[in-house]
Parts: sequence; structure tokens; C-alpha cells
Amino acid sequence: MSDPAREDAPAMKARRGRNIAIALGLVVFVILVYVVTVIKMGANVLERAI
Amino acid sequence: MAMSEALSPPKVAARWQDYLQLLKPRVMSLVVFTALTGLVCAGQPIHPVLGAVAILCIAVGAGASASLNMWYDADIDAKMRRTRGRPVPSGKVQGADALTLGVVLSLFSVMLMGMALNWFSAGLLAFTIVFYAVVYTMWLKRWTAQNIVIGGLAGALPPVIGWAAVTGTAPANAWLLCAIIFMWTPPHFWALSLYTSEDYAKAGVPMMPVVKGAASTRKQILIYSLLLIPVCIAPAFTGLGGLAYLAVSGLGGLVFLLLAWRLFRSQAGDAADPRNDDGLYDVRAGARDARNLFAFSILYLSLLFATLLVEHLMGLQPLELFR
Repeated sequence: MSDPAREDAPAMKARRGRNIAIALGLVVFVILVYVVTVIKMGANVLERAI
Repeated sequence: MAMSEALSPPKVAARWQDYLQLLKPRVMSLVVFTALTGLVCAGQPIHPVLGAVAILCIAVGAGASASLNMWYDADIDAKMRRTRGRPVPSGKVQGADALTLGVVLSLFSVMLMGMALNWFSAGLLAFTIVFYAVVYTMWLKRWTAQNIVIGGLAGALPPVIGWAAVTGTAPANAWLLCAIIFMWTPPHFWALSLYTSEDYAKAGVPMMPVVKGAASTRKQILIYSLLLIPVCIAPAFTGLGGLAYLAVSGLGGLVFLLLAWRLFRSQAGDAADPRNDDGLYDVRAGARDARNLFAFSILYLSLLFATLLVEHLMGLQPLELFR
């Protein structure tokens, strides 16, 4: 790993791009798990005897 | 183990696009297409979001296995014109990073598939990733001329995974879709390898033309083509395909056989002139027949799956006469 403080501008730009991509990937994953949970739980809630 | 560790560290900072390249987006799009066909042909209702998640998991799983393949095969890729520009051999991405990306995406895709759909389809996805990354990449590819015959199973499984994601089962019709891709793979890749065999020979990969010669490869392409066409037509008789599918698979099959016969009678792959260092997809004298079959094989498979997809999406009935 190179020292971020000594990186040149293109390297910093590339690092920033990678970080944003990872962040977006994680956000999408969290949203997917949330939506899937709601969909799967939703069906069970509707089928539950009141 | 002559792998990416032997390569020099990255010369330039890796961009996110370089990591995307590790996932082989073009292959991923084909996987999505065939998996979607399996998912739709399953014929049972599925929540659209869950269907999209299933396709996403299969696509990411395919990308993960591609990343693992590029990590392990960096030494081979560096020697071939077709692959030396890939992120690891070109020095843009470290081998260890490709390995990490592959492992992480494999775990994420299989876990999400299991939680969102069912664990049977998740198991099939895990098997596919391991089969491609370990059985094909680490073993078959460097060991036997039958590498793409057996290894083709990994590329043939996505429609079964798509089907299993909906139903939790894998009936005979799902495996028929798998069989079509499995039988299609050898004539498709051997036609390509007939005019790229020097590249494979240079890298020490025992592709069929390198090991058995061009004449034997052309004969085996013809044999596999003869076996492929009945398998492609079969869905019209098992309640999977309709009249349109029967027409497309039958007529396309005749063209496929004609091109395979022409290739068999040609000189494709024989004594390529090493002075002509032309591009990968340029055609050397005598290799035009190999190029034609390679190109048509892609069209044929695409048409087969597209026809099935359209028939099922439009609610067209399969051929009841033959059920």
C-alpha cells in the first residue's frame, strides 16, 4: 500500500473513484437486503392469523 | 505456482473500471440472458424484485468466478494477444486484489441468493463458481484438451440456476437448456481456437488444435455439431418450446450443420503463416470457414434462447401435439 499523503493527483483520483464504487456497492447491498426482507416478511404477515 | 505473484506490482493506480473489467462484463451479459430465459421458462410467478435479485446474484457470481480466473491465469493471459491487456497481466490491478474481489463477490452473491430466493439455487450458484474457478481454471484448462468440453458445464448452468431460483427445483426441461449450452460450447470454442491456436500454443494451453491438430479438431467440431442439433430441437418436443422455436432451432440447425460440414472440408487451422501477425478476429487464408461457424454459433444460441424467452413472455403455448 502506498502512502496516501504522497500520492500524486491521478492516484488520488483513482483511489477516490474506487472508494465511491465500494460505498455505492455496499449501499446497494444494504438496500437489497432491506427490500428482500420486507417482501419476504410481508407475505408472512399477510398470511398470519389475526 | 506460476501466478500473479510472479508479476510486477501495479505500474499505475487502479481505477474502478479496471476492477469492473475483472468481472468480464460481456460474458456476464450472456449469463444474464440465459439465466433470465431459465427464470422465465420456469413458468411460475415470482415477485419482480426477487426475480431481479436472482439475476443480479447470478451475474455477480459469474463476475466473481471471472475475477478468480483472472487472478489464477495471469501468467497465461500475459502470453496471449487476446488477454495480455487484462487488468492483472497489464499491471493495473494486483493479483491479490483480483483474488479478494472474487472471493468477496462469491460470498455476497451466494448468501444473498440463499436469503432472497432459496438455498437450492444458492447451492447451484456456489457449485458453478467453484467449478469454473477451481475445476476448470486451476485443473482442466492446463491439463487436458477436453478442458472446454467439461469446463463448459459452468457456462451451461445459469439457466438451471434461474429456473431453480423460481421453483426451488431443477426439472428435466431446465437441464435441457443446460444441455444445449453444454453441447454448443465445444464447436463454438474449437472454431475460435482453429484460428487462434498459435496464441494457445505460446501460452502452453492444451487446446484441441494444439494437442490433436487442426484436422482432428475439425472432425470433432462436426461430430459435436451433429449431436448438438437434436438437443437444440428437443425443447419443441418436451413442452418447453413452441412452433416458432421448432422453426428457429430446425432451420438454424441446418445452417449450423452446413457451416460445420464446410469447416470439416476446409483447411482451417492448417499451417498458419507465422509472418502474418494479424489481429485475433482477422481471418487467415483458409480459416474463413472457422470464423463463419464461430460467428453463427453465437447467433444460433442467442436466437434459441431469445425465441424461448419471447414465446414464454407472450404466453404462446408449447406444441401440445408433442407433449
